[in-house]
Amino acid sequence: MNIIKFITAGSVDDGKSTLIGRLLYDTNSILDDQLEAIKRANRKNDDGTVDLAILTDGLKAEREQGITIDVAYKYFQTEKRKFIIADAPGHIQYTRNMVTGASNSDLIIILIDARKGVIEQTKRHSFLAKLLGLKKVLVCINKMDMMDYELAVYENIKTDYLRLAENLELKDVDFIPVSALKGDNIVSKSNEMSWYSGPSLLEYLENVEIDSSENKGWRLPVQWVIRPQSADLHDYRGYAGKVLGEGLKIGEEVVILPSGQRSRVSAIEFDQKPLDIAENGASVILHLEDELDISRGDFIVSAAYPARSEKIVEANLAWFENQALEIGQIYLLQNHSKLTKIKVAEIEYKYDVHNQEKIVGENIGLNDIAKVKIKAAENIIFDDQLDFPENSRGILIDPRSNLTVAAVILHSA
Amino acid sequence: MDYLDHLEAEAIYILREVAGQFEKPALLFSGGKDSITLVHLAKKAFRPGKFPFPLVHIDTGHNFQETLDFRDQLVKETGEQLIVAYVQDSIDQGKAIEQKGKNASRNALQTITLLDTIEQHGFDACIGGARRDEEKARAKERIFSVRDDFGQWDPKRQRPELWNIFNGKIQKGENVRVFPISNWTEMDVWNYIKREQIAIPSIYFSHEREVVFRNGQWMAAHPVLQLDQEDNIKNKSVRFRTIGDITCTAAVDSEANTLDDIIAEIKASTVSERGARMDDKVSEAAMEERKKQGYF
Repeated sequence: MNIIKFITAGSVDDGKSTLIGRLLYDTNSILDDQLEAIKRANRKNDDGTVDLAILTDGLKAEREQGITIDVAYKYFQTEKRKFIIADAPGHIQYTRNMVTGASNSDLIIILIDARKGVIEQTKRHSFLAKLLGLKKVLVCINKMDMMDYELAVYENIKTDYLRLAENLELKDVDFIPVSALKGDNIVSKSNEMSWYSGPSLLEYLENVEIDSSENKGWRLPVQWVIRPQSADLHDYRGYAGKVLGEGLKIGEEVVILPSGQRSRVSAIEFDQKPLDIAENGASVILHLEDELDISRGDFIVSAAYPARSEKIVEANLAWFENQALEIGQIYLLQNHSKLTKIKVAEIEYKYDVHNQEKIVGENIGLNDIAKVKIKAAENIIFDDQLDFPENSRGILIDPRSNLTVAAVILHSA
Repeated sequence: MDYLDHLEAEAIYILREVAGQFEKPALLFSGGKDSITLVHLAKKAFRPGKFPFPLVHIDTGHNFQETLDFRDQLVKETGEQLIVAYVQDSIDQGKAIEQKGKNASRNALQTITLLDTIEQHGFDACIGGARRDEEKARAKERIFSVRDDFGQWDPKRQRPELWNIFNGKIQKGENVRVFPISNWTEMDVWNYIKREQIAIPSIYFSHEREVVFRNGQWMAAHPVLQLDQEDNIKNKSVRFRTIGDITCTAAVDSEANTLDDIIAEIKASTVSERGARMDDKVSEAAMEERKKQGYF
């Protein structure tokens, strides 16, 4: 059985939490005591039915205000799959929490209120989906019950969204008309929309294929060097990390970055047992033929397809703080287990979320998405997003506050 | 890799990030199945080396003896360091005040002892076995969750946490709570314990025990419950689905003798794991309030 992780995004009151509540409720994933708690809370919808949003609004402040502030993770499973849902806030001020949820998802569900159509938050979330490199976008056009389940409503919104997707070069987009409140097309097909012949949301989620990345080569960012230094393991030196990419086998030639030293894999170890290969995603220990100076933050990569190692790079970034990005200020770039001092040398442009145009000559503040040039104190080890998405990602930390101030996608300059 | 392999690899990755990013981490060990799973994962992350952190047990003095025996046995087998901090010491020092009455519990007092221990040893990261599926406030928490100088969690101001990049940068006095099995469900833990043949305390399996019916639940008839004439002690076949303090963990009717029985029982259950925790029933926001104070 495999796991699929997805996020629900949309504007305030588009019904994200209700959609998730409905999915959980209709798949019998809510237990008696949890249902009891919902009833005790006594939050009702306008039509008197129980408000399912309360299942995911886990904070007191959220329940008081009836809004979602931070992302909530929910877990359920059917016969076919396990699901991890990130229920993300819709308010623009909590965009960084939405990005947190989106970064760990395979698929994004963008909810659109059938009464409102494509609005600014739809555009912003789609933009972020593109920036983060999410593989699949599912647009759920919600509240169809309030628009008499009209095909024309669905078609118009679909046309509008496809235009946006084309501008953003979002390739893999699907659409489902739903009513989260009434349960139409959530778990089973709706009787109200006979014009829709596609799957229900649950059928879709159970069957959707997420492309596994077709990266060339592999990377192992070194997290920790295991050196027991005991009498019997005096010369033991193992490099612990998680394999990214197509995996590796014993005997393969490797390059250590940024030093550029070369060696070969002499052994792969997991749970104190030898392995012949290490798969994508496996947390293993590598041994090399030569004794080299390798520590946390170094990258061991396939010699056949090495990563980039550059001091000046470009980056797309999403800014998370009220305090504006400062040119020339030192920030820390963290990519995998490596911290590098960097400065933003230049803001190339910022994106206008409304019309997807590039604006030059403006400050970068809260929720802005921009393209910048970065100058680093030492070589950054990375790949272009199209070549090796998992190795194009990083965060910026402001060393004065230690806060994570931006998400970045690195590009070669 | 199947889903358990993915969850395992993620947890090992997180444990190694703790080792790499912090100077003085600790693993909070309660003797329950989740922290036992963490110890198992730590072996996979760091063997043949030693753990780069001690195990820390906050002992309320109201633990089941089976849990304490299990703890000591595990420490002996692994050869790792164990630090035990006692809630009783906090009470004796006047830092914590014992609750009164029949429903008195030391659950909340643990926070005082925990924060004291963190300060005394200078721990900058504490690894815990909390999972997001347990409780709705936990469902909101980051994997690296920053606590301020007073041990407080501010749920409205959590750092963004992107991909598998964990920002463990903190000021002196702050600490980070790290939850490597955040994305595991109760069922995942049991399936993993079964797959890996991990030993667990005997009280997770069905056994005969003297119990009393309190607040709608079967509680172990133990002197710390301040039993009186109103308590009708019965002998029943029970087990514990979750293990915490004697005063706040309820037993469930059960004949489950094997891991397969337990898994089948949980699958068929219509109440959640925390349904057996009195500490969560205090109010709608009981867990959130405790976490804000510095609880696990």
